[in-house]
Amino acid sequence: MQTLDLSEIGLREVNKALHAQSDDTNQTAWTIENARGSHAIACGLDAPIEVTVKGSTGYYCGGMNKQATINVHGSAGPGTGENIMSGKIVIEGDASQYLGATGHGGLIVVKGNASSRCGISMKGVNIVVQGNIGHMSAFMGQSGNLVVLGDAGDALGDSCYEARFFVRGEVKSLGADCEKKEMRPEHIEFLKEILAEAGMDADPSEFTRYGSARNLYNFDVDNAGAY
Amino acid sequence: MNKHTPNGIPHTTPRQSATFTQDINSDIRRAAATGIYDIRGGGAKRKVPSFDDLLFMGASISRYPLEGYREKCETNVTIGGLHAENPIELDIPVTIAGMSFGALSGPAKEALGRGASAAGTSTTTGDGGMTPEERGHSKKLVYQYLPSRYGMNPDDLRKADAIEIVVGQGAKPGGGGMLLGQKISDRVAEMRNLPKGIDQRSACRHPDWTGPDDLEIKILELREITGWKVPIYVKVAGARPYYDTTLAVKAGADAVVLDGMQGGTAATQDVFIEHVGQPTLAIVRPAVKALQDLGMHRKVSLILSGGIRSGADVAKAMALGADAVAIGTAALIALGDNDPKWEAEYNALGTTAGAYDDWHEGKDPAGITTQDPELMARFDPIEGGRRLKNYLKVMTLEAQTIARACGKNHLHNLEPEDLVALTMEAAAMAQVPLAGTDWYPGKPGTSY
Repeated sequence: MQTLDLSEIGLREVNKALHAQSDDTNQTAWTIENARGSHAIACGLDAPIEVTVKGSTGYYCGGMNKQATINVHGSAGPGTGENIMSGKIVIEGDASQYLGATGHGGLIVVKGNASSRCGISMKGVNIVVQGNIGHMSAFMGQSGNLVVLGDAGDALGDSCYEARFFVRGEVKSLGADCEKKEMRPEHIEFLKEILAEAGMDADPSEFTRYGSARNLYNFDVDNAGAY
Repeated sequence: MNKHTPNGIPHTTPRQSATFTQDINSDIRRAAATGIYDIRGGGAKRKVPSFDDLLFMGASISRYPLEGYREKCETNVTIGGLHAENPIELDIPVTIAGMSFGALSGPAKEALGRGASAAGTSTTTGDGGMTPEERGHSKKLVYQYLPSRYGMNPDDLRKADAIEIVVGQGAKPGGGGMLLGQKISDRVAEMRNLPKGIDQRSACRHPDWTGPDDLEIKILELREITGWKVPIYVKVAGARPYYDTTLAVKAGADAVVLDGMQGGTAATQDVFIEHVGQPTLAIVRPAVKALQDLGMHRKVSLILSGGIRSGADVAKAMALGADAVAIGTAALIALGDNDPKWEAEYNALGTTAGAYDDWHEGKDPAGITTQDPELMARFDPIEGGRRLKNYLKVMTLEAQTIARACGKNHLHNLEPEDLVALTMEAAAMAQVPLAGTDWYPGKPGTSY
């Protein structure tokens, strides 16, 4: 186990040490002490390493992550896991706004709640939230899956494309061009797998699927009011 | 025409309205027929105060000119030396502005890279990500970081020579974008993670930050991901240049790209293009003042864009305090866009060479702003690159000619004192004297 004390060596040295790890590194376990809400912790990683961050993080923890697993032992600030490409981010507490924004792949797990715009413009990432998510989540979501064990706020999936949303609780309102969809066997199967991977215990049959009605895919003047 | 009615009363001459012009009337008829606003590229077409309203005075008894064929006039520029380990070194201060793969064909992007590299300058990606042919043919490539994040990935980010965070464009300050479905080929769709053939909307705000305090943290993140190696530009539309420049510098930008309303390669609503934003001439002095007030002029670079066409425009921009300029529309014309040789086809599209601005529709006869394989095949990227290189060289020679005439051995030594204005408006905007006077509106110490 390698330990980096953020309060002693500073952000640049912490990230430099993590960026120096290659695909075949044998230093696979790292701990970052004294996060204290610092921004950009463990962003831009690209190696099969596991990083545990002790404490809450500021903006963009794990931004553009590839391959790495990042565990935040606290709550996470805005834009955590933004543009994630692969790997996994697990947040033990709550997540602030823009969680997983524009993420292209990988998995983000939140054991608490996630704030507004969770999964905004998502492009392939899978996000699992044990609690509730805030308003305007998955706005313009392109692909990937947002799984919510609690409730969703206003305007879920507004102007979405092919991203899928599974919500176990209530949805306060759906956004423009987002609609309730049929749950087919492949969706139940997908939920079983993603919930298991996220370490969540929930019955897939209790979820409702939402996605794009595809009415705004090509501009039509009769839909102008929906834009 | 009968000059008299049957009762002998003379007709008045038919008179067109200055308010309801033929152009306006055609807009009304089009809106009435379609129910939707007009979308186009080409930037502001209305006449606005511009660099054409400024003149250089040249040398005289009080100023020595430099001998054109004997004495050097340098043109190099360094961008991003403030924070980045590897600043961008350019031979000439004319760069290629961001234009997306998707809006432009792959060969057109290749030609921009070839031409820019041959002339010793940089080119810029656009909304849609970085293509291998663009990276491969561009010695210096600036990677745009846009609200849509189409094609965004850390591998390409690290291949870039600089990163440009796009906050706004001159054609549409505060607006997003849309690439119509007919331009979404398999390759464009794959790069943007979307199905083929559907309209691709680009948001007007970044999805994970809002405001200058967040921007500072976003710049920190991008620097951390790229190891503090490359410069970070912030591109803003010419909306509130003093405050936007101030905030970009405070957020940690290495360069500010300022885009006036003549900036033309972005497709958006005609009403947006013509009625939102400020002319390029009007935005440069407030931005320079912001840099001077912060003690950052010539430390944080100012790159001016929006309707730059010639070496005279380059020289005027630099005399007013810019470090470099960027060209978009002019580069497309150099590649062969709007060439009269395609006149019959422009006519078939209901337009004429020089006026074609529906680049977003993908039917460009010149094969530049299209994804149609047959049209694309008309465009030769090697020839296009050669033409762009020639054009960039001519612009540089023209700017040098002016600078030497003003006695300057570097384009950066041009200054407002070298200029006069032909109109009151231009004098006020450029803060240089009205020709024949020592006065401009708003000059400190004057009462009116």
